[in-house]
Amino acid sequence: MLELTGAQAAARVRARELDPRELFDAYRDRAAADELNAFTWVADGPPELAPDAQAPLAGVPVAVKDLFCTEGVPSQAGSRILEGYRPPYTATVVAKLLEAGAPLLAKTNQDEFAMGSSTENSAFGPVLNPWDRARVPGGSSGGSAAAVAAGLAPWAIGTDTGGSIRQPAALCGIVGLKPTYGACSRYGMIAFASSLDQAGPLTRDVTDAALLLRHMVGHDRHDSTSVRFPGPIELPSAEDLRGVRLGVPEELIGGGQDGAGIEPGVRANFEATLRLAEALGASVELCRLPHAPHALSAYYLIAPAEASANLARFDGVRYGLRVDGSRDLESMYMATRSAGFGTEVKRRIMLGTYALSSGYYDAYYGTAQKVRTKIADDFRAVFEQFDFVVTPTSPWTAFELGAKTDDPLAMYLNDFCTVPMPLAGIPAISIPSGLSAGLPVGFQLAGPAFSETRLLDAAYALERTIGFDGSAARR
Amino acid sequence: MLDRAAVLHVARLARLQLSDAEVQRMAAELSKVLDHVEKIRELDLDGVRPTSHVVDVVNVLRPDEPEPSLPRDVILRSAPEPVDGGFGVPSPGAAGSDRE
Repeated sequence: MLELTGAQAAARVRARELDPRELFDAYRDRAAADELNAFTWVADGPPELAPDAQAPLAGVPVAVKDLFCTEGVPSQAGSRILEGYRPPYTATVVAKLLEAGAPLLAKTNQDEFAMGSSTENSAFGPVLNPWDRARVPGGSSGGSAAAVAAGLAPWAIGTDTGGSIRQPAALCGIVGLKPTYGACSRYGMIAFASSLDQAGPLTRDVTDAALLLRHMVGHDRHDSTSVRFPGPIELPSAEDLRGVRLGVPEELIGGGQDGAGIEPGVRANFEATLRLAEALGASVELCRLPHAPHALSAYYLIAPAEASANLARFDGVRYGLRVDGSRDLESMYMATRSAGFGTEVKRRIMLGTYALSSGYYDAYYGTAQKVRTKIADDFRAVFEQFDFVVTPTSPWTAFELGAKTDDPLAMYLNDFCTVPMPLAGIPAISIPSGLSAGLPVGFQLAGPAFSETRLLDAAYALERTIGFDGSAARR
Repeated sequence: MLDRAAVLHVARLARLQLSDAEVQRMAAELSKVLDHVEKIRELDLDGVRPTSHVVDVVNVLRPDEPEPSLPRDVILRSAPEPVDGGFGVPSPGAAGSDRE
């Protein structure tokens, strides 16, 4: 039963060959016995409502990143400042999945407020990579990625701001999709950087990603930046890539700046995957994204700036931690925030506050927003000649715990190939493309806004040919 | 380059209290990150419009109709110090106004 993908399990349930209660219990037992620290909360009993076998997701349970608000269930965004917080309402995407018949199995561990690329910044301890427990699962949705890879959950959702779905999916050997900005409602997602944050699926295969995404998208009156998705998300069926034009951006695979160079094993795997795509009928050519090398810099100004504003709400007044014993309101704010936020969160708040401060605003934030325009223009130009842009998802495979914690800039370089897409608001998917020295490698495809169905189709054709075997991580 | 005084100023704006060790570490780390991101200031961006939003939405409006919100007691359940049906906070200070 645990070998089934989410879509396969749902089909078995619908055909009455599988009891959804047994499925839930089996996963709940596995999640409760987790040794990877992938979860911050696991359901302690069967779901209140008996699973509906005829619902689209047929009672196949879902694991949800900690930062999604879930009514009455701890939603802490991996932070001490929200420890034990049980929100009075449920995030729209979670409510939609529940409605489609996927009960809540567990909440997954993450970097605090989604700030990180290794899940080492969680107040609840780091998550271990199921392929090698001495290594990180990536981040910030590391708990969701590790849980799905290790077979502790059939599928999961996470959020991606600069790569937080795609990079952990790559490092754990699973599929991760960041949708077009606005495709999924952000209502009830504890905010990091509002102009970049998007929810998306982390799954065993591309079909599962399509199926979950189908039930996540849609306009929500509680999020005025959400839009009506044009047309349904179709389940993928492409058998080849005939006529598909893939662009390989020189600027992202050429080695990058400041040592963001792609690891030889990752590069070899990327080249081999391109040859497979060609064998399936795709054309592969170099393309140019001239401003992509500056994406990381723009991102590390824009995201912290927005975070510094979003995290101002954590002040010990309405919810979460309060550190008292202080004389006045202001010292209560300061004592609470200093005790409640971890090091990386403080660092980003400081960076963002500086970038927005009087005298620096135009030089930093204003300039970064102009770079953002140039990056979006670059992608628009490329998509006139190409269907998709392809890169390795991460320059490296999973690294050892602690290897980059002392050097914030080195950690930020993880996102070199994943930040340009959210800056342009476009969708991108990472699929496992093989192993390098026993560790999974991810292959990223990005397409124009709202091209999800085509993107999933191309990823599916490639997935079938690659034939990645993820079973080792589930043992 | 961020010196000690600049770090303390920004920390004050962000309502963060940093220990001496944190100030020192933050000055070094933030300076390194700023040195890196500053490269974008070398780009020629004259006449480029800043992007604040990637989706083409402007002025999303809705009718201004009252509707029920979450009950007060449900919201106050999460509050560290509910007082008389409101959020209790310490006094804003000697120069401050009335306690809320």
